[in-house]
Amino acid sequence: MGTFIQQVINGLTVGGIYALIALGYTMVYGVLRLINFAHGDLCILGAFVGLTMLSGALGGGHPGPALVLLAFVVAVIAISVAGVALEFVAYRPLRKADRLAAVVSALGASMLIENGIMLIWGPEVRVFPSGLLPATTWHVAGASISFVEVMIIIVSVVLMAALYGFVNHTRFGTAIRAAAIDQDAARLMGINVNRVISSVFVIGPALGAVGGLFIGLYYREAYFTMGWTYGLNAFIAAIIGGIGNIPGAMLGGVLLGLFNAFAAGYVSSSWQNAITFALLIAILLIRPSGLLGERVAEKV
Amino acid sequence: MSLLEIADLRVNYGEIEALKGVSLAVAQGEIVAILGANGAGKTTLMRTISGLLAPRGGTIRFDGAEITKLGADRIVQRGIAQSPEGRRVFGTLTVLENLRLGGFTRPRGEIMGSLDFVLGLFPRLAERRAQFAGTLSGGEQQMVAIGRALMAKPRLLLLDEPSLGLAPIIVQAIFRSLREIARTGVTILLVEQNARMALKLADRGYVLEVGRIVLADEAKRLLASPDIQAAYLGGESSAHRV
Repeated sequence: MGTFIQQVINGLTVGGIYALIALGYTMVYGVLRLINFAHGDLCILGAFVGLTMLSGALGGGHPGPALVLLAFVVAVIAISVAGVALEFVAYRPLRKADRLAAVVSALGASMLIENGIMLIWGPEVRVFPSGLLPATTWHVAGASISFVEVMIIIVSVVLMAALYGFVNHTRFGTAIRAAAIDQDAARLMGINVNRVISSVFVIGPALGAVGGLFIGLYYREAYFTMGWTYGLNAFIAAIIGGIGNIPGAMLGGVLLGLFNAFAAGYVSSSWQNAITFALLIAILLIRPSGLLGERVAEKV
Repeated sequence: MSLLEIADLRVNYGEIEALKGVSLAVAQGEIVAILGANGAGKTTLMRTISGLLAPRGGTIRFDGAEITKLGADRIVQRGIAQSPEGRRVFGTLTVLENLRLGGFTRPRGEIMGSLDFVLGLFPRLAERRAQFAGTLSGGEQQMVAIGRALMAKPRLLLLDEPSLGLAPIIVQAIFRSLREIARTGVTILLVEQNARMALKLADRGYVLEVGRIVLADEAKRLLASPDIQAAYLGGESSAHRV
């Protein structure tokens, strides 16, 4: 029982992170029908920007929690700007080109960011400083949950609820959904679709930066190829939930996190990736468009 | 002065020249119909006026100002709204969300009046306001498309094939609503394959053939013209149109 609860806690923590990152993949896909392969790297760039803030870029003597909060604010702003710039440089000029061109551009952007991180922060594993957040651990029914885990779960839930409310209950959120359904029809409503696309490249990377920094704070490390590893898992989460579908990305992230945790807890962590892909294949066999995906058919 | 003035409009679709120098004018308060077979360039014309296609040459003026190079969203702000061919409702949004989006360019407080007007005009939509637009019948979706355009409070309403694929009785109901809309002072430019319905509603008509205006006259005269009857009002050639 203790192991079970422990794996649920681990799974929700990792699942929350996957979900935050998966939202970036799914929102961009929803509006542009493009997989932003650079998204995982942007998220990890966020972790590194946060790391720099936490490693005393401001000089010593600041209280840990305030520093962490500041690191999040700076990372979110920096990665949002990077997201908009990425769209402007790598995707916008190819908007009317063959879809393959945009995919190649996305892969190129991914490599560029990954290697940029390596040039700035080095190829070695960077360790996050300790003692910034309370080391409190609570014990529940034979399992333990740390302050960082509680923070990740709560913040993820709050951010996802806020996004859900924004997309479903505001005028601009409805415009985003409309542009995802039919861009020309959205234009006829007077919606500036370029602005919608830019907004998606702010929201996705902003959430991703939070997810990336969570990864750093949770595992207490960051390395330049991390974007690929976590990006792939979040991408799979988005597909499991039904790519293009926002609640789907949330559901897929949490499910994949739980599955990973149970695989690590009950089988072996070295089987984790195999089990992840087995889950992906099983779900796609039963529901080819993902759990909450509506239809795979291209627009006519 | 005309509300809408189009001069020598040329539009290419890739290599194909879809509009080969179209000129027309619509006066304030008029209902103007554009007739033509499939492929004549009717939808191209509508998409170009709305800013979805960029013309290769020519000018479009609205209310005295040139709008040829404005983006689609700016053209809606100027007062031109369109109910596009094939209706293009947002299927996974509710009827109410579709209608509200129609008023996207207007201040939130102002769209309530338009919403009441649209729901009064199409009581079916009031009944189905919480339903996904994609689950509606074709006629109801057409009401959503027209209602959505009206939510922008346009001075000029563009209608691209509002009768397409609808049963005759529904078409009549839609055209009755159009008459009501025109009575509120909205200028209407209508593209139709159903020439008879269009000409009965319209004040004037143009005939578009492979990218050129070949005839322009009052709607009554077009209805009575033997050429038009043969080509567009159930004559032999129209019976074989694809």
